Amino acid sequence: MPDATEEYPNLESVPLDAPQFEVAAKNVKRTEYVTFAAFVLGFIGFAAFGAAYTQNAPTYLLGLTIGLGLFFFGFGLVSWGKYLMPQGPFSEPRPLMETTRQEKELLKADFTSRGKVAIKRRSFLVKAMAAAGGVFGIVAAFPLIRSLGPLPKNSLMTTKWRKGSYLTTIYGDRVKPSDVAVGGIVTVFPEDDLGSAISQTILLRVKESGPIVTMPGREDWAPDGFVAYSKVCTHAGCPVGLYEHLEQLLVCPCHQSMFNVKDGAMPVFGPAPRPLPQLPIYIDSDGYFRARAGYDEPIGPGFWTRGGTA
Amino acid sequence: MIDAIYNWIDDRLALSKSGRHLLNKIFPDHWSFMIGEIALYSFIVLLISGVFLTLYFVPSGATVIYHGAYKPLDGTRVSDAYASTINITFAVRGGLFMRQLHHWAANIFVGSIVVHMLRVFFTGAFRRPREANWMIGATLLILAIFNGFLGYSIPDDLVSGTGIRIAFSILESIPFVGTNLAFFLFGGNYPGKDIIPRFFILHVLVLPLIILALLGAHLGMLVKHKHSQFKGRGARNDNVVGSPLWPNYAAKAGGFFFLTTGVTAILAALIQINPIWQYGPYVPYKVSYAVQPDWYMGWLDGALRVMPSWEIHLPGHMIPNVFFPGILLPGVTFTLIYLWPFIESKFITHDYAEHHLLDRPRDNPMRTAIGSAVFAFYFVLFGASSTDVLANYLQVSLNVVLWIFRISCIVVPIIVFPIAYKICLELQQVPEAGKRKRHMIIVRDDQGAYHSVDSEEYPGYIAPELAPVKIEDVDLAPEIEALNTSADRPDEGIYQIPRE
Repeated sequence: MPDATEEYPNLESVPLDAPQFEVAAKNVKRTEYVTFAAFVLGFIGFAAFGAAYTQNAPTYLLGLTIGLGLFFFGFGLVSWGKYLMPQGPFSEPRPLMETTRQEKELLKADFTSRGKVAIKRRSFLVKAMAAAGGVFGIVAAFPLIRSLGPLPKNSLMTTKWRKGSYLTTIYGDRVKPSDVAVGGIVTVFPEDDLGSAISQTILLRVKESGPIVTMPGREDWAPDGFVAYSKVCTHAGCPVGLYEHLEQLLVCPCHQSMFNVKDGAMPVFGPAPRPLPQLPIYIDSDGYFRARAGYDEPIGPGFWTRGGTA
Repeated sequence: MIDAIYNWIDDRLALSKSGRHLLNKIFPDHWSFMIGEIALYSFIVLLISGVFLTLYFVPSGATVIYHGAYKPLDGTRVSDAYASTINITFAVRGGLFMRQLHHWAANIFVGSIVVHMLRVFFTGAFRRPREANWMIGATLLILAIFNGFLGYSIPDDLVSGTGIRIAFSILESIPFVGTNLAFFLFGGNYPGKDIIPRFFILHVLVLPLIILALLGAHLGMLVKHKHSQFKGRGARNDNVVGSPLWPNYAAKAGGFFFLTTGVTAILAALIQINPIWQYGPYVPYKVSYAVQPDWYMGWLDGALRVMPSWEIHLPGHMIPNVFFPGILLPGVTFTLIYLWPFIESKFITHDYAEHHLLDRPRDNPMRTAIGSAVFAFYFVLFGASSTDVLANYLQVSLNVVLWIFRISCIVVPIIVFPIAYKICLELQQVPEAGKRKRHMIIVRDDQGAYHSVDSEEYPGYIAPELAPVKIEDVDLAPEIEALNTSADRPDEGIYQIPRE
């Protein structure tokens, strides 16, 4: 496909009464009136905005007045530029970006030698300078990066749940079985970590009474129809805040992962790859919920050093 | 007086030597060149409205008890950031308007960058010598998306806070360095205390400065290369045909700035956006229904949703599920965008020549088909970010909706590719396609016979027979040209044009 179209010559000398210098408007008078009207409307809009602002008018009036003012002002300018100025077309030459081999070599020579004394002969200086500068470049980034935050170390592996931690509400009240009806849920925290984004745990009453065995080996983890899971989604970390009582599914509202409450919170739908970790709980002699132990695996979404266990 | 000031400045900067050349700069008239301008003008609106907002916004995550103009929140424990945003909304005169203007301008900014990018892609404007400018443009898109995310995150409301949590999860999913990166950015494990001030300074200083610098480079290269242009009207590879900077383009572009700003302001006035007082403050253990990011993050959110529940388990290590949609997908996307000019010339066109004349999409069916299929893929992902809302609205099972999207993001591009390809081939056979049609008017003459005549041209129509006039040869003031302008000026004096 040829790039150059030679249908039209570039005109060099054109009389000023050539059609290229005429305006584009067909009906000049009407276009002038419309343009004038647009500027008048712009004037009115801006003035109205001033009035609205001094009167502390509501948002829609402030925005509408200045918005319409700007719009009509712009309309007038565009109409003037598009229809009431020489219609052209005009052209200007475009130098291509290609350079000659000579030009390339000359700049290169300027850069590297300047008459062979400045740089070429002292390449050991260039190397020493580059080495010093390079080390500076590397160490300059050290404090910047390292001071921004602590290293993760083990902190993603654990929560504040310990053996014997009370399950407490956000207000610090210890939870008893009578606080939650069947089908009800309550978000609980360890007493020393109220409101925590990491330790947040959801306590559900799945049925009236009797233990819930969510999987073999967890026979005494969920007493009296209650079960507790980490509230941090194993997909992207959102709080798993919805409970479909009839289907006994915990639902994450962010990406709709669903976890089967009676089956160890195994994901049954959506992108979540792992079950929610289960917190082993018991009811102590005073009738309060407490943790048998902390979580036996890291809560929340995955990370490189989490390990390969499901 | 004005003459004297002009002469004083000119004798110190010699503006009159280069000034005429600048005024003569030619801008092509095609409408599609305006899309990038919308992005530029939105950015100006963002800077102005953003400065206003920083005067009142408090970038701190510290907890305060809210007492202020918005009574439903009275006595609530919120962060400084949230409280000050509520304060801007309800207590600062014009504050809600400025917030909505800023948010609308941000959405338009990213949107116009995307559409501008599609224009550049489908017309082949990224070809040599503009490959580097294409890559700068892609970088600007990434920065715009990031800065938009940072911007809607810092008010610390319930919706954006959830977004920050997801961002942490995506960051920590990166193999080897992810947890370190996340801890460095957040100043510790999620949620940390530093995220609001850090996001703030990135949002209002660091990223805008980088955007501004790259914008300068983007426009500088554009001036150096001069505009690309469509064929016809005497356009050639070695010229630019259109309107001169002064006065036509200045009036049109200046007016277009006000039009863009005006429309943004009207949107901000009438259509509510990001009503954070309804969302409530961010609390890590709370979440609301239909949590969705701003539109330009939609494709990523959709990708998170349609991703099957896979992850890779290695001895002692893992590659989490969100790594694939959250890091790998955008990484691959932007790598392909960056490399596209080179991929195309090496594998498709085998064309390494300098191009200033644009293709129409049909001229390169392979490029158009690939671009359409890829765009369709991201469009499906974008749709997938509302699976829950669609399921609710259509009263269909979420399962069905999710699977429709999972299948669609593979099937739709496969369908789009051949269709786009065929349409291009068909259009190539129709020379009149894409030309503006004129109505045909049936008239009856005195004898009662019917004739058809073409309607009048639309206003602004430039007759195709007009050849372009070389702007540097336009001689508007022969009497001044005739003046002796040789260098023998009086040493001390200001050069005066004699007047009558």
